[in-house]
Amino acid sequence: MGKKVGIEVSLAIAEAAKLANVDVVAAYPITPQTHIVERMAEIVANGELDAEYIPVESEHSAMSACLGSSGVGARTFTATAGQGLELMHEVLYVASAMRLPIVMVVANRALSSPLNVWGDQSDLMAVRDTGWIQMICENGQEAFDTTLLAFRIAEDHRVLLPVMVHCDGFYLTHVVEPIEFLSQEDVNRFLPPINYPLPLNPDKPLTMGAFAPSFIYTEAKKAQEVNIRNSKKVITELWSEFAKTFGRQYHAVEKYRTEGAKTLLMTLGSFGETAMTAVDKMRSEGQEVGLLKLRLWRPFPFEELREAVGNAELLIVVDRALSFGGPGGPAYSEVRSALYSEKTHPKIVGFVGGLGGRDLTVAEFEGMVKKGPGITNTGAENEFEMFGVRE
Amino acid sequence: MKKNENELTWKDLNTGCIVTEPGSSREYRTGDWRSQKPTYNFTKCIKCGVCQIYCPEGCIQQNADGNFEANMYWCKGCGICTKECPTGVISMINEEA
Repeated sequence: MGKKVGIEVSLAIAEAAKLANVDVVAAYPITPQTHIVERMAEIVANGELDAEYIPVESEHSAMSACLGSSGVGARTFTATAGQGLELMHEVLYVASAMRLPIVMVVANRALSSPLNVWGDQSDLMAVRDTGWIQMICENGQEAFDTTLLAFRIAEDHRVLLPVMVHCDGFYLTHVVEPIEFLSQEDVNRFLPPINYPLPLNPDKPLTMGAFAPSFIYTEAKKAQEVNIRNSKKVITELWSEFAKTFGRQYHAVEKYRTEGAKTLLMTLGSFGETAMTAVDKMRSEGQEVGLLKLRLWRPFPFEELREAVGNAELLIVVDRALSFGGPGGPAYSEVRSALYSEKTHPKIVGFVGGLGGRDLTVAEFEGMVKKGPGITNTGAENEFEMFGVRE
Repeated sequence: MKKNENELTWKDLNTGCIVTEPGSSREYRTGDWRSQKPTYNFTKCIKCGVCQIYCPEGCIQQNADGNFEANMYWCKGCGICTKECPTGVISMINEEA
């Protein structure tokens, strides 16, 4: 076991990338991701890590440079947030379709306008369909572990897909937490050197990202869909291997005090910890309330979700993003869709809250549990509410 | 490519659609973009090769008689050769439906 160190989570993430012995970092600083890439730049500049740090002029260029470095078979790392993630949007599709195992930490942030640099998950949801694996972290230890795991998952020859590691901006990135580090020897054992099967090489020419007319484009997309769906099995397998090696087990859907729970809250990311405190309080008062925490957003864990929901009567999904004019929060919408075909399933209601850095407190999670059943019973077309909004 | 382009399934594709065979874009049949095709009156041909120089597709070669003729696998039917030919050898006619 490694030692526990009190450290800002951003710096721990940079440490994980260093332990992963990345070859190339191409990044552009943006709040609240800045500390991650600042530390990476330092690590490379002071010779702690033999890597290329490419200080690009925009996030679009950052991801484009990552395509190139990953294409030659270099282990490639970047990080961004909010507007930066949106600026690289079109290149994200290229990375996944070309099956380049880039690892990117996203310090999740609200999107303009109005300008807001604080945490929410609008950026995470906006890149939902880009074909990347998306994993969501709840605390600093998970951020460290998941960053390391992301390289192993991305580079597995059964996967070969880019991975986003989502860490709530400020709530995770800027807090100091006790984090158990892994030794370089342990990391080397768990994460072998990258071995990309078809790298760009002048002695063995090949073409990446070639033109595909209509006669083959559909087949290319089908291959991509099958690939990311099948990656879930590998992710699960590697989580188990990580648990066997380092003692921390991760699941696509984490369950907290769900035994006999009639009402389940569901969160994504750091707010799960506040929700746990709320569940503890409500349980101590005799309420049958539990919590589900969604760790894997893409590929979506349909079976794991159905199993975790069990016999609950009410499922309250808390989103920190909004699909304007749509069915409510994206997670709420997808969870409802995933459970629709089940013979029995709980009533599902959605709350949208915690936008642009507004806290969701224990009292507010309690309020959702109190208010949830009423929303279900109204029979309204939109069974979701923006929680805590001033009317 | 072993299979005809319309027989390829998603399982036949390389990881990330990577193309490992150099020059394979030659196999792309641009000829099916065509709505008109060139026809030739070679008695007027002076074998100057102007049509070959102007052809944006690079699909015009000399045939066995030394006359310049487009390869229908790639000819997109743009008609530039018709405009450029100094002796009026080429005329464009509609492709049959």
